[in-house]
Amino acid sequence: MNPRYLPLTATIAIFLIAYAVCIAQYPNMLSTRVIGNLLTDNAFLGIAAVGMTFVILSGGIDLSIGAVIAFTGVLLAVLLQSTAIHPLAAFVLALAVTTAFGALMGAIIHHLEMPPFIVTLAGMFLARGMAFVLSIDSIPIKHPFYATLKSVYYKLPGGGRITLIGGLMLLVFAAGILIAHRTRFGANIYALGGGTATARLMGVPIGRTTVMIYALSGFLAGLSGIVFSLYTSAGYSLATVGVELDAIAAVVIGGTLLTGGSGFVAGTLVGILIQGLIQTYITFDGSLSSWWTKILIGLLLFAFILLQKGLILATDRRRRHA
Amino acid sequence: MNTTLKTYAVRLFPQVAALVVILLMVSIAFPGFFRLEMQNGRLYGSLIDILNRGAPVALLAIGMTVVIATKGIDLSVGAVMAICGAVAAACITAGYGLAMTLLITIGTGLLCGLWNGLLVAVLDIQPIIATLVLMVAGRGIAQLITEGAILTFNDSGLIFIGSGSFLGLPMPVVIWLVFGLAVALIVRRTALGMLIEALGVNRRASMLSGVSTGVLLIAAYVLSGLCAALAGIIAAADIRGADANNAGLWLELDAILAVVVGGTSLLGGRFSIAASLLGALIIQSINTGILLSGFPPEFNLIIKAAIIVLILVIQSPRAQSAFVFLSRPQAAASKTGEETK
Repeated sequence: MNPRYLPLTATIAIFLIAYAVCIAQYPNMLSTRVIGNLLTDNAFLGIAAVGMTFVILSGGIDLSIGAVIAFTGVLLAVLLQSTAIHPLAAFVLALAVTTAFGALMGAIIHHLEMPPFIVTLAGMFLARGMAFVLSIDSIPIKHPFYATLKSVYYKLPGGGRITLIGGLMLLVFAAGILIAHRTRFGANIYALGGGTATARLMGVPIGRTTVMIYALSGFLAGLSGIVFSLYTSAGYSLATVGVELDAIAAVVIGGTLLTGGSGFVAGTLVGILIQGLIQTYITFDGSLSSWWTKILIGLLLFAFILLQKGLILATDRRRRHA
Repeated sequence: MNTTLKTYAVRLFPQVAALVVILLMVSIAFPGFFRLEMQNGRLYGSLIDILNRGAPVALLAIGMTVVIATKGIDLSVGAVMAICGAVAAACITAGYGLAMTLLITIGTGLLCGLWNGLLVAVLDIQPIIATLVLMVAGRGIAQLITEGAILTFNDSGLIFIGSGSFLGLPMPVVIWLVFGLAVALIVRRTALGMLIEALGVNRRASMLSGVSTGVLLIAAYVLSGLCAALAGIIAAADIRGADANNAGLWLELDAILAVVVGGTSLLGGRFSIAASLLGALIIQSINTGILLSGFPPEFNLIIKAAIIVLILVIQSPRAQSAFVFLSRPQAAASKTGEETK
């Protein structure tokens, strides 16, 4: 088997084994309801993680997404509370703002040649600060259109529901896979992650690709913010603190190499599902405390980093012998 | 000696100037900002408050400077603070003495640093990712120790570290001043500082020239763990309890910011602990200043972001080459002037 697929296979295997263990203990977990809830509860995280996957594939990092999600939620809540515009128009406006915000960070990273870490850290402060300036209170969203959107779902056999936001996450993942493997932009991202110098020699437009990657991440964080506001029916500037870490963890557990250049968008979906599964298990168990989620995710992260390290060593050795 | 003083003055000038400007701006908005009072043998005043509130970030910045100088980064310090605060509270409530509690807590911090150091130096994992593991898991471990509650304690010895005073200064200020001075002396009065800089610029080259890079890397992360332990003890002693959820939350970002404001490059190499400490004071002055001058605290983060962007622009390679380009005619002129002499 191509060693490129090994981390992805390992992730899927871990998910299946973990799910089987859960079912063995709690047979009720084998139902479409649980699967439907898994998708709905993690929809906002999944959508943001697709953007993070592209950023990490290109060898960068985006720390701003949690703050951008909160900012989008507050912006929507304030717009819908104090103006009469339709939510759809507010959605378009919010997406335009977050996309421009991402593009701006990408431009700074490229033109000032600064590490993405510190630039997106500034972006995180800025987005969180803007959310605070808009409102420090939690603002409920009571627009009837929200109720309509929330009542849309596709009923699965067995009583499970794929809600609008759960379905949207699956669509975003499908679009992400298409972009990564079937477009020139996707190929450019992989090339950039393999090394800036080689990418430039291959004729990849570095500046444009960098700006587009962070713009895409900003757009998806905005979309994630919309989904989050649908999920909670409120906008709160202190919401989704630390989501960027969950997203990074999902990407790594999904088998994407943190040095960039290797990985799959589909792996991130499985990474999200594993995180969701741990939380579902803890809910089912009832006696375990929520902090075990963090410890388990930390351990999983560590295991996958070790696996990737081993793989790189193995392929290096094979190359040297060949 | 005079020349070293001069180099220090030149190196620290931007940070000192920025700090003075910020303090003056705050004092315009808030008269009486510079007033100091002596009460019950302890100094009180806004300036002392800045030194005191800035203690955790200042301590973290000391370790972070050394880690960043090795071209690394330590994201776990906030979580390690939470762990150490929880350990300290758990030990003291379990009836261990103060000395034993401090020993165990500092030992925990060192262990956390050792874990990060081993991941980075031995397993050769990128520092961001290696320390991310402990950042994610650490807060869970801290909650495990406190069992999800806020562990409060009443030991006067431990509380003294957070709110006592020594020689008229609050205890946290004394701790970070003494610790900062000690670390600065150790790295600058021996070859250690130079070796760390060599390691940060080019790890392979310094290894080939005989520097034991592995030990040095591990030591840098252990130092960072030690700093986080001290900061964690202070944070817990300050509120007389260990809050696993909020202790040290996002302080790793403030510490990194302090180092960047201090002018140490994230790309490794030359570093200055004094400049990072000034950076920590600048950040705290902004925080305190915004509160005192009656600005809504909501603007705090936006102002912080604006300052980072400004510093990024000044430090960026593009801006520096532009600066060199602009100042070149002068340099060339002085060079030809020397030649004609």
